[in-house]
Amino acid sequence: MSQTATHHDHGTATQGHDAHGHDSHGHGHHEEPGFIKKYLWSTDHKMIAQQYMWTGVAMALIGGYLAYAFRMQLAFPGKFIPAYGYMSSLQYNTAVTNHGTIMIFWFAMPVLIAAFGNFLIPLMIGCDDMVFPRINRLSYQVFLLSAIILIASFLVPGGGFNGAWTAYPPLSGNSEYNMAHWGSTLWVLAVALEFVAFLLGGINFITTAMNSRAPGMRLWDMPLVVWMIVIASILFMASVGPLIAGAVMLLFDQNFGTFFFAPERGGDPVLWQHLFWFFGHPEVYVVLLPAMGMSGDIIATFSRKKLFAYKTLLYTVFGTGIISFFVWAHHQFIAGIDPRMANIFTVTTLIISVPIAEMCFLFIATLYGGSITLTVPMLWGLAFVGEFLLGGVTGIFLGASGADIFFHDSYFVVAHFHYTFVPIAIIGFFMGFTYWSPKMFGLMLDETLGKIHFWITIVGFNMIFIPLFFTGLWGDHRRIYNYNNFSELARPELQDLRIIATVGLLIMISAQVFFVINLVKSYFVTKKKAGDNPWKANTLEWQCPSPPPHGNFATMPNVYRGPYEYSLPERESDFWPQNEPPAA
Amino acid sequence: MIESILPQVSSFADDIDFLIGLIAVITLLWFFAAQAIFFGFIFKFRAKPGVKAMYIDGYDPKHKRWITYPHNAVLVFDVIILVFAVNVWNHVKLDLPEKVDDTVKVVAQRWAWSFQHSGTDGKLDTGDDVFTGDVLHVKKGANVVFIGTSRDVLHSFSVPVFRLKQDVIPGREGTGWFRAEKAGTYDIQCTEICGIGHGVMGSRIVVHEPADYDAWLAAAPKGEAIAGNVPVVPKAIDLYAPAPSSKPAAPAAH
Repeated sequence: MSQTATHHDHGTATQGHDAHGHDSHGHGHHEEPGFIKKYLWSTDHKMIAQQYMWTGVAMALIGGYLAYAFRMQLAFPGKFIPAYGYMSSLQYNTAVTNHGTIMIFWFAMPVLIAAFGNFLIPLMIGCDDMVFPRINRLSYQVFLLSAIILIASFLVPGGGFNGAWTAYPPLSGNSEYNMAHWGSTLWVLAVALEFVAFLLGGINFITTAMNSRAPGMRLWDMPLVVWMIVIASILFMASVGPLIAGAVMLLFDQNFGTFFFAPERGGDPVLWQHLFWFFGHPEVYVVLLPAMGMSGDIIATFSRKKLFAYKTLLYTVFGTGIISFFVWAHHQFIAGIDPRMANIFTVTTLIISVPIAEMCFLFIATLYGGSITLTVPMLWGLAFVGEFLLGGVTGIFLGASGADIFFHDSYFVVAHFHYTFVPIAIIGFFMGFTYWSPKMFGLMLDETLGKIHFWITIVGFNMIFIPLFFTGLWGDHRRIYNYNNFSELARPELQDLRIIATVGLLIMISAQVFFVINLVKSYFVTKKKAGDNPWKANTLEWQCPSPPPHGNFATMPNVYRGPYEYSLPERESDFWPQNEPPAA
Repeated sequence: MIESILPQVSSFADDIDFLIGLIAVITLLWFFAAQAIFFGFIFKFRAKPGVKAMYIDGYDPKHKRWITYPHNAVLVFDVIILVFAVNVWNHVKLDLPEKVDDTVKVVAQRWAWSFQHSGTDGKLDTGDDVFTGDVLHVKKGANVVFIGTSRDVLHSFSVPVFRLKQDVIPGREGTGWFRAEKAGTYDIQCTEICGIGHGVMGSRIVVHEPADYDAWLAAAPKGEAIAGNVPVVPKAIDLYAPAPSSKPAAPAAH
C-alpha cells in the first residue's frame, strides 16, 4: 500500500481553526451582503469564480459566432451568411483574428484557470477563501475591463484588429498595413490588461495552495487539478513577462513612432515572434494542464480508482512544464530564423511528447481494474483523453522540422491545435461544469439531456476537424477567405470537405441548445437537490455543504490521507474522504 | 496521400512526403493502439453490482512497467522520427546545392509576387536580368537558388507542389533552393497573413523543358534600365472590400 494511504500526523483541530481565525470573514458572524456587494464587488472566491465563468462563456458565444460566420464564408464563398451578411476579406481576417484571441485569452484562460482555479483551490485544500481576496476581486475587474476593451475594438473606426491572433509585425505594428489603427491598438491593450489580470490571479492561486492547506494536507495530498492549476500559474507567470514587454513595444510602434519591430528603421519583426512564442507555447500547457487535472480527478472518481502512480504523474507535469520553455521556436522553423536552430527545437519538441504521452498512459492505466460509471462528467472526462490523443500525435508532424516545411500555416495545423484546444476549452468546460455544478449551485443536472448534449457535441466536433486535416494535407493554407482564388485549391473535392466541416460546426453549435435546456430544466423546473457529495468523491470540496456558504466549511477540515483512496480492499465503503478521521 | 492531389514536382518533394508517411505510420499505430486499449478498458471495467474496483497505486514495478515500456518505446520512436526529420530539413533548408544553375530573386509586396531572373549569365543584377510580375520561370532539372525578401510586411513563399515554404522578411534576404523535376505550371501562394489581400496573393511558377526555357529567355525583354524597379501589377482584390488606403504600387514598366 502506498504511503499516502496511511494516516499521518496532523495538527490538532484547534490549530487549524486558529490559522483561519484572523481572516476578514471569520466564521460565526455572517450577514447577508447587498446585491452589489454580493455579485459585483464580491471578494468571495466562489462568486469571483462564477463571474469569470459566465464572462468567459459570454465571450465564447462571440468567438463561436465569429467561427460560424467565417466557416459559412468558406463553405459558401461570397454568399449571404444568415445573421451576418456578406463577408469581405478584411472582415474575414478580423473574424479569424478575434476568434482565436477570444477563445484562448477570453474563454480558455478565464474558465479553466480563473473560474475553476478560484472555485476549486480553496474548497479542495480546505480553507475559507483565497489568501488575497481583494487582489482576487481586482483580478476579475481588470479582466472584465480587458474584455470590454476587446469588444470596443470591434466598434471603433476601421473595425477590429485583423492581423491574426499572433499579431506578427510589421502588419500589426503599422496601421498603414492593417488599416485598423484603433482596432489594433485596443487589441494589444486588451491582451496586455488580460495578462495583468491573470498575473494577479496566479499570485493568489500559488500563494493559497502553498500556505492555506488544511492541517494534515501535504503537497502530495493535493488533488491533481489543484497541482495542475498551480503549475499552470507558475508557467504563466514565468513566461508572460517577455510578451507584456513585447506588447508595450508594439503599442509604442503603433502609436508613438518607435521602430522596435519595424525593419525600415532597424527594428526586427522576428523579435516579436520570439517574444510571442516564448509565452505562446507555455501558454498551451497553461490551459492544457488544468483540463488534464480535471479529467484525472473525474476519471478517478467515476472509475473508483486511485490515480495510477500519482507522483509519477506529477513528475511528468513538472517535466512538461520545464521543457515547455524550450520548444517555442518550432513555431518559427520557416520564419527566417537560422535553419540550424530548427534542429535544436525539433529535438526539444519531440522530447516533450514523452511526458505528455506518459500522462495519457497513466490516465488509461487508471481505468484498468476500475468500476466505471459513465455519468455525464465521466463521458466528458474520457472524451478529453480520447480526443486529445489525436491532437497530441498530430503535433509530431509539425514538431518534426522536415515535415513542417510543408505543413506550416496549413489547415493541418488548424486541425491539430483544435484537437488540443477544443478538448481543453470546450470539453474541459463541460466536464468541469457537469462535475462541479452540483457543488456550485446545489442542484443536479439532468443526465439524459446531458448525454444527448455530449454525443451531438462530440460528433459535430469531429466532423469539423477531421476533414480539415485532409484539406491541410492537400494544400489549404490558413486565413484565406476564398479558396477559389488559387487554382490548385479551387477543387470540388476540397470544397466538399470544407462544407462538411461547416456542417459539423452547425451541428456542434445546435447541440448547445440541449445544454441550455438542461440548465433551465434542472435549475428552474426539477430542482433536484445534490446533497453534499453526490458523486461519493474523496476530495474536500465534497465535504462541505452544496452550495458552500460564505467561508465554505462549517468545521474546518483536517486531512488524514491522499485524495484518491477509492476501493480499499479492507473497507466496506468504496471511498474514503480525505477528512474522515481514521477509526481509532 | 498528398500526391494524389498535389504532384511531387521538386527533387525533395518525395523526401518530405516519405517523412510525412513515416510519421503517419508511427503515430497512427500509437494512436489506434492507445484508443483500442482505452475503449477496451472502458468496456471491460464497467461497474457491475457487487464488484469492487481494484486498489492499485501504480508504484509496484509489476504494474509500473506497463507505463515504463511504452514510455521507452515512445522515446525510441521519437529518435527515429528525429533522425529522418533532421535529415530532410538539412537537405532542404540547410544545405545549398554544390552546383548552382540559376539564381532568382523573389520579391513579395502586398499582395503580389515579382521575380528577378538572372538571365543567361546566371548572375543577378547584371544587364541581362529578366523581371516579371506574377510568373516565375525556371528550367526543369536546374538547381535554382532563390533569394527572398519583402517590401512591406511578412509574406511566405510557398509552392505546394514543391513542398517548399519560406517566410520572406522586409529588410532581410533569405536564401533557399529547389530543383523542379516535372514541367508544368503550378501555384505560388502566400501563406503568411499579410493584410486585406492575403486571400488573393498568388502567382504561378512555370517549369519549362530546357529548350522551352531557353526560347523564353531569348524572347524575354532584358532590363538593366529597370533593375531595382521591379515591375508589379497589383492584382484586383475582391468586390466587397473597401479600397486599401496604402500607397500605390510601383508603376508597371515592361
